[in-house]
Amino acid sequence: MYYLGLLFEYLKNYMKTRLTYRADFWVEVVSDLLFQATNFIFILVIFMHTESLGGWSQNEVVFVYGFFMVPFGVFSCFVNMWGFSERYIVKGEMDRILTRPAHNLFQIFLENVDPPALVGSVIGLIIMGISGSNLGLPFEWWTIPMVIILTLSAVAIYTGIYTTLTSLSFYSDAPTGILPLMYNIQTYGRYPVTIYNRAIQVLLTWIIPFAFVGIYPAALFLHREEMQGMALLTPVVGAIFLGIGLLSWNYGVKRYKGAGS
Amino acid sequence: MSEQLKAAAATSSAGGSSAGSPQENGWRLLLGAYFDFIRIRFLTMLAYRVNYYSGILIYTLNIGVNYFTWRAIYGDGESLGGFTGAQMTTYVAVSWMARAFYFNNLDREISTDIRDGSIAIQFIRPYNYVLVKMMQGLGEGLFRFMMLMIPGMVIAILLFPVQLPTDLSAWAGFLVMLFFSFLISSQINIITGLSAFFVENNEGMMRMKRVVVDLFSGLIVPISLFPGWLSSVLEVLPFQAITYLPGSVFTGRVQGVGIWNVLGIQVIWFVVLLIPIVWLYHAARQRLFVQGG
Repeated sequence: MYYLGLLFEYLKNYMKTRLTYRADFWVEVVSDLLFQATNFIFILVIFMHTESLGGWSQNEVVFVYGFFMVPFGVFSCFVNMWGFSERYIVKGEMDRILTRPAHNLFQIFLENVDPPALVGSVIGLIIMGISGSNLGLPFEWWTIPMVIILTLSAVAIYTGIYTTLTSLSFYSDAPTGILPLMYNIQTYGRYPVTIYNRAIQVLLTWIIPFAFVGIYPAALFLHREEMQGMALLTPVVGAIFLGIGLLSWNYGVKRYKGAGS
Repeated sequence: MSEQLKAAAATSSAGGSSAGSPQENGWRLLLGAYFDFIRIRFLTMLAYRVNYYSGILIYTLNIGVNYFTWRAIYGDGESLGGFTGAQMTTYVAVSWMARAFYFNNLDREISTDIRDGSIAIQFIRPYNYVLVKMMQGLGEGLFRFMMLMIPGMVIAILLFPVQLPTDLSAWAGFLVMLFFSFLISSQINIITGLSAFFVENNEGMMRMKRVVVDLFSGLIVPISLFPGWLSSVLEVLPFQAITYLPGSVFTGRVQGVGIWNVLGIQVIWFVVLLIPIVWLYHAARQRLFVQGG
């Protein structure tokens, strides 16, 4: 309850700062959408030259893409750790966070909320609707609950991976350029992983499980038998990776001694 | 922020080497200072080289994923948009590795300088700010070329069926064009960075630029595979000069005299892009007001 109240206060604060830079809000929405559009154009161009991608039709790939956008939007809205090392550790902001009663990671998430990202989720849902009806997908009683459960699981996977990577900055003071590059890799979880070779499949499934934020859960709605089991495993993978993320974060915070300035 | 630290280290040391020297030989000193910017950025990057080992892995992964995606698209392996399957593999590998070289964060560095006001100090120093940024970019590029692109390329050649050009002219042409890729990409970064003078928060523009460059330079999809109307639009934009043209030379799709033509396109874009930079730089000096200062 206390945390919900905090969330509300931070969002109010966000709106106030945003109203001063109103144009920025829209620039951000547009640039987010453009980023998504790039990938969309890629899919369209691919299917101008081929009928199927590893046995998946254009509508199916577009549907997966739509699903991918939903958890990604939620994740980018609430979890944004871009430049954590520079902004919190080097500048000593982490000390301020630690003196407050709420959990430090929660505070960092809240300080960086980014509601414009949710526009992407809405568009993802629309894309799912359009391509789903093109495919004639049945709307089952479990569709909506599963969308919610799988979205939350995928958000947990994202949060776990990025929290783990960010917590590395507690152990080493050198800036890590890994985060931006990860953003590239996660988009690969959107294509049928079976087109890749064994090594990349294993990597995207078990090591940095980005296949679980796109193709596997979406396969459930597409009634692709071969990935049904993987789809149902999504919440488990989400729980495990979120756990790893939180553990390495908390351990990192314990080791944290301040930048010493 | 580390970039600032680097910039600060670079500027202070360059200042140190020219301070206390008499006015004569001013030109040579200035050239020496610019050279120092290259050297110092190279050395700072070298100090953080461990981070780039993960970069090599990730770029290799990018190549791998794109390679398998294209292989799935090719299926029975005819040619697409004038690319054979083997050429596409080579194109994907060399394009990503070229990106490993020409990529830099000059846009972010410049807009940070503008937003925190340190640009005011940079402007009164006796050098050209934009040129200094270019030199720092060059230092970073040199580092990326040696520590990221070359080892990455070796790994890519070992892992994937990349066909290296056998023609000496293709190698020479590619290397010269690669340098122009760097110049044009950095120019676009500088323009994006300087725009922070006019929009106050150019975060969105920087993100947009990144997306547009990756897509329209032909990194993600070679230009000839786009639908006809789009590829004819892209042929009159500067972005194809960053990836698509050098990649075409390396894969042997452009040969002989054609190399001079595509190099010519790059040179033209390099010159044309100087105009907005000079204009923005002067307009910015007129307009400079420091936020909160």
